[in-house]
Order: sequence, then C-alpha cells, then structure tokens
Amino acid sequence: MIRIECVTYSYSEGISALDGVDLEIGDSELLAIVGENGAGKTTLVKHLNGLLKPQHGRVLVEGIDTRETTVATLARKVGLVFQNPDHMLFAETVEKELAFALTNFGVPPEEIAKKVEWALIEFSLSNYRDRSPFTLSGGEKKRVSLASVLCYGPKIIVLDEPTTGQDNLQKTRLASTLTRLNRQGETVIVVTHDIEFVADFIPRVVVMSKGRVIADGPTEEILVRKDIMDASSILPPQLAELSWEIGLNTPSINTAMIVEEIRHMLGRTNK
Amino acid sequence: MVLAIIEVKGLCYTYPESETPSLIDIDFRADPGEFVLVTGPSGCGKTTFCRVLNGLIPNSYGGDFKGTVVVDGMLTATTPVYELAQHVGLVFQNPENELFCTTVEREVAFGPENLALSREEIMMRVEEALETVGISHLKEKSPEELSGGEQQKVAIAALLAMKPKVLVLDEPTANLDPVSAKSVLELMYRLNEKNGVTVILVEHRLEMVSNLVDRCIVFDAGRIIADGAPREVLYSEKVSELGVGIPKIVQVSKHLSEFVGEQLRFLSSDELASYIRGRRN
Ligand SMILES: Nc1ncnc2c1ncn2[C@@H]1O[C@H](COP(=O)(O)OP(=O)(O)OP(=O)(O)O)[C@@H](O)[C@H]1O
Ligand SMILES: Nc1ncnc2c1ncn2[C@@H]1O[C@H](COP(=O)(O)OP(=O)(O)OP(=O)(O)O)[C@@H](O)[C@H]1O
Ligand SMILES: [Mg+2]
Ligand SMILES: [Mg+2]
Repeated sequence: MIRIECVTYSYSEGISALDGVDLEIGDSELLAIVGENGAGKTTLVKHLNGLLKPQHGRVLVEGIDTRETTVATLARKVGLVFQNPDHMLFAETVEKELAFALTNFGVPPEEIAKKVEWALIEFSLSNYRDRSPFTLSGGEKKRVSLASVLCYGPKIIVLDEPTTGQDNLQKTRLASTLTRLNRQGETVIVVTHDIEFVADFIPRVVVMSKGRVIADGPTEEILVRKDIMDASSILPPQLAELSWEIGLNTPSINTAMIVEEIRHMLGRTNK
Repeated sequence: MVLAIIEVKGLCYTYPESETPSLIDIDFRADPGEFVLVTGPSGCGKTTFCRVLNGLIPNSYGGDFKGTVVVDGMLTATTPVYELAQHVGLVFQNPENELFCTTVEREVAFGPENLALSREEIMMRVEEALETVGISHLKEKSPEELSGGEQQKVAIAALLAMKPKVLVLDEPTANLDPVSAKSVLELMYRLNEKNGVTVILVEHRLEMVSNLVDRCIVFDAGRIIADGAPREVLYSEKVSELGVGIPKIVQVSKHLSEFVGEQLRFLSSDELASYIRGRRN
C-alpha cells in the first residue's frame, strides 16, 4: 500500500512541480498516471522510491515514511524504470546489466542465472545478451532498462513511459507481462502518454495537471470524459472519438463492443 | 521527372564490430516536398536509416557501407556532416543526449549561429521556433532542468530554427503529451504543404499520423518491405502480420467490411463516422 499525503515539491523557488498531491494505491493495483508535459508525473514517481523527498506532506510505502529510510532500502521494494534509459544503463553487456541488481542484493548465482534468462526471453532480448547496451536501438534499450528492474522482482513496479520506442507487438507483450505480475500480487504503476495503451490494458487511471491530481477512476469512465481530457492535454482514444461522432449512448473504448454497436446500428437501418 | 531530393541506391550497412547488417539492399527515392512516414518493428533499422540520411553513417559511425546516398545533390559519404546538417535536420530519438547548452535559448540559437546569419535574423528565428512549439516560457531554463517532453520540444525548436530543406524526425513525439504531439505533427504537415519542406518521420503510433502523410514505408529486419499510400500499406496483410500498431479505426473498418459487403479503408474516426451516418440515412 502506498499513501501520498498532501505532497508538495518544487525544484526552484516559485514554481511547484507538485502542488498538494493526495493519492492512495492499494496492494496489487494496476494503474496509469497521465497528464500534460511538465504536469509532475516524473517528479511524483521519484517520490515513491525516495529519490525525491516531499517538502511538505509525506509518502508512506507499506507504512514506512520515505524520509525515514534510504533509497537503497526502498529500491528492493520499489523498482523504478526511468523515462530515459540512458540514465540507467552502464554495464558492458546486456546480461551483466540484468544481473547487476541481483548480485548487489546477494542473490545466489543459480537464482540470478534463472532470473536473467526469464527477463531476456520476456523482453525479446535473447539475441542481445552479449551486446553492449549502448549499441542497441531506442526500443531495445528501453526493454533492457525494463528487464533490469523487473528481473529482481520488486513488489512495487513503477515504469516511466515504458512504451516509448516499442512497436505494437512489444507493447502487447509488455502488457501481458505486467498483467501477469499484477495478478501474482505486484503493484504496477505506469506513467505514459500512450492513451491507446492505457485504454487497452490498464483498469485505473490517475490524471495529473499542473502538479495536481485532477481525476482518478476506472479507465473506461475517465477516458470518455471530455472535460478531464481537455484540462490535461490528453486526446481521447480513437474509439471514444468515434463513439461521440456517431452518437452512441454509451461511448466505448473496446473494439469488439464498438463493432457490435455499429453492426446493430446499421443492421437496424438496413431492414 | 523532377530531381530527387533523396536518392538511396543499393545501400547495405553493417555497424562496426557487428556481424549482421542493419540495412540490406535499400533503394529509396523521395521527391522534393514529399511527406514520408517510416515505421516497422523495434530494431528494424529506422534510426539507422535516419543516420544514413544525415551522413552520420558512414562519416561518424564508420562500419561497412555499400551503395550511394545522395541528399539535395550531395553525396553523403564525401560531404562533411556539418555541411549536410544545413540541408538535412535530424531530431534524434533520445534528444536529451544532444542538448548541451546552458539555456534553452542558447540551445536553439546554436544551429543558426553557425550559419553566419545576422544577429536579428538569429533572434527572430529563435523566438519564432520557441513560440511555435510553445516553450517561450522556458527559454531561460537549463535543458537539464526540464521534463522529458519539454526536452523533446527544445530539440524540435532547435531543428526548426535551422530551416533545413529536409526534416528527419526520429520518433519526435515519443515523450510528448497527446495535444503537443498532435500540434507538432500538424506543424510538420503545414511546413510540408506550405513551404514544400521534405519530411521523413519515424513513428510507431500510426493513429496520429496516417492521415497526414502521402506515403508510408515499412522496414522489417533491415529491408523495406512495403512502400505506398498509407491506405494501401496499413490495410495490407503483410504489414498487419508484422505487429506494427494498426490503428483502431483500421481494425474496426476491417471487421465491418465483411458485414457491409464492401472493402472499407478508413484512416480517421471522422471518415468512418461520416460513412456510418451516411448508411443510416
Ligand atoms: N531537475 C529539474 N530542475 C528544475 N525543474 C525541473 C526539473 N525536473 C523537472 N522540472 C520541472 O518540474 C515540472 C514537472 O516536471 P516532471 O518531469 O515531473 O513532468 P512530467 O509530468 O514527467 O512531464 P513529461 O511528460 O514531459 O515527462 C516541469 O515544469 C519541469 O520543468
Ligand atoms: N551503434 C550500433 N552498433 C551496433 N549495432 C547497432 C547500433 N545501433 C543499432 N544497432 C542495431 O541495428 C539494428 C537496427 O537498429 P535501429 O536503431 O536502426 O532500429 P530502430 O528501427 O530505430 O528501432 P527502435 O524502434 O527500437 O528505435 C538493431 O538490431 C540494433 O541492435
Ligand atoms: Mg516525465
Ligand atoms: Mg529507433
């Protein structure tokens, strides 16, 4: 369980990056944080593993105040994958990159080998195990940074823009990995601008704007609310847009449901 | 026939110390004023292709380079990168790594300053570029102190201030919020329509661009496997099997095609909605 209580944070005087954020995230939730550029999403998630400490208010991770512990302790519980993979990668090879945290945490070698193998397969990286992470494509680097955190099994997984550089197949694979981990009890928090990804895979969405949380609820309810989207520079998913344009009574973001509705609509007029 | 602005012939390229080629048998030609979308699975060679167009490959990367690449009349292999940069502007996939000045304003002025323009002209271009991408309020800030999306906007502004004839954008919207992404893409559309700038745009999120571009090329494992109008390419079997992000409207149109007994090929929700309204009346 994570409790964020009235947190404010500013990098420099005058402008607050976080302006009184309250948020509660239960165990084994799967949620997305969305909002305009500069809304404070990255600043907020850096509070979850203690990289940043609240200037006012507090952040409790499983009952522990982040100000009263170290990043090193929190890191075992909260795995954060940065927005920019170049800020995380440093090892000579992909394999060493993935083993690094596990070795640090004193995991036995056989166990490490197993976990690294799992991550290489899960993120389609097996062909790159001996490559230097710096010579990979943008999407491949992002996957190494995701794998390097997921392979040590933190209880709380926080991913800042995990879908950048990923094609649809990789996105779908990522979604199923996250869904599976989530079902096994892990908490998964995804910061993203990829509204179609949220619409397809993530049940709860928190909307931020100008350092505040302006909406929080089930994805299918939030992503069809025009007022919320306008306030946070989000554009509705294509299917929500279509729903409005053809005047569906219950706008939807689900392909099968929309196809059914349209068939019904056309079928009726055909007769 | 008009003179091509980009002409790639028989290109094969392998990075130094790499065993497998990253680009294989590439023949590609773009006319001045084309707007070309480049897509394909992660690792298929899109970024490598961008580096070829602005001469970083082979000039800075080395490696095994075969074939010829001519951009705006210049053979890239024998033209210095800084000279090419005045004709071909590239926004990198991860722009943070390219930002090095102390303020946003200096960053955007850096390119034009190297073009030997007058002071006023430079100031004007910088103001205009900052305004266009909506970051005038950030001009005194250091690029390091910006959010991911704000940094991406700085890189785009720096490119615009150069006013190159050819714009190459490698996933320029990856870190942008949807409204900013849309406005950057529409800006590219306007520069292309009004000023005749040639645009090569790499994007995974096809729903945002497919109705703006004339042409879409798809890479897979280092080769170009499809090249045509987006309506042809996105509805082709080969491409949908590849796992690129087929937009929802395309998926719904495909499902409905059988039901209505005709081949629907819509790219935007507007198009599909007006078809549905038409059928109901
Ligand atoms: N290191 C820093 N120093 C000073 N200001 C910063 C720093 N990092 C971020 N900011 C500012 O804090 C605000 C919030 O930034 P943050 O990175 O949290 O936004 P974000 O929601 O993650 O945006 P994006 O979607 O663009 O990544 C922005 O106005 C940004 O300019
Ligand atoms: N500097 C490099 N040295 C060696 N191999 C490289 C280098 N850069 C890229 N590659 C390899 O070349 C292939 C093509 O990479 P490229 O970066 O062009 O892909 P991409 O299509 O841009 O992918 P993404 O969508 O993930 O950014 C990949 O297999 C990648 O691992
Ligand atoms: Mg961010
Ligand atoms: Mg790339």
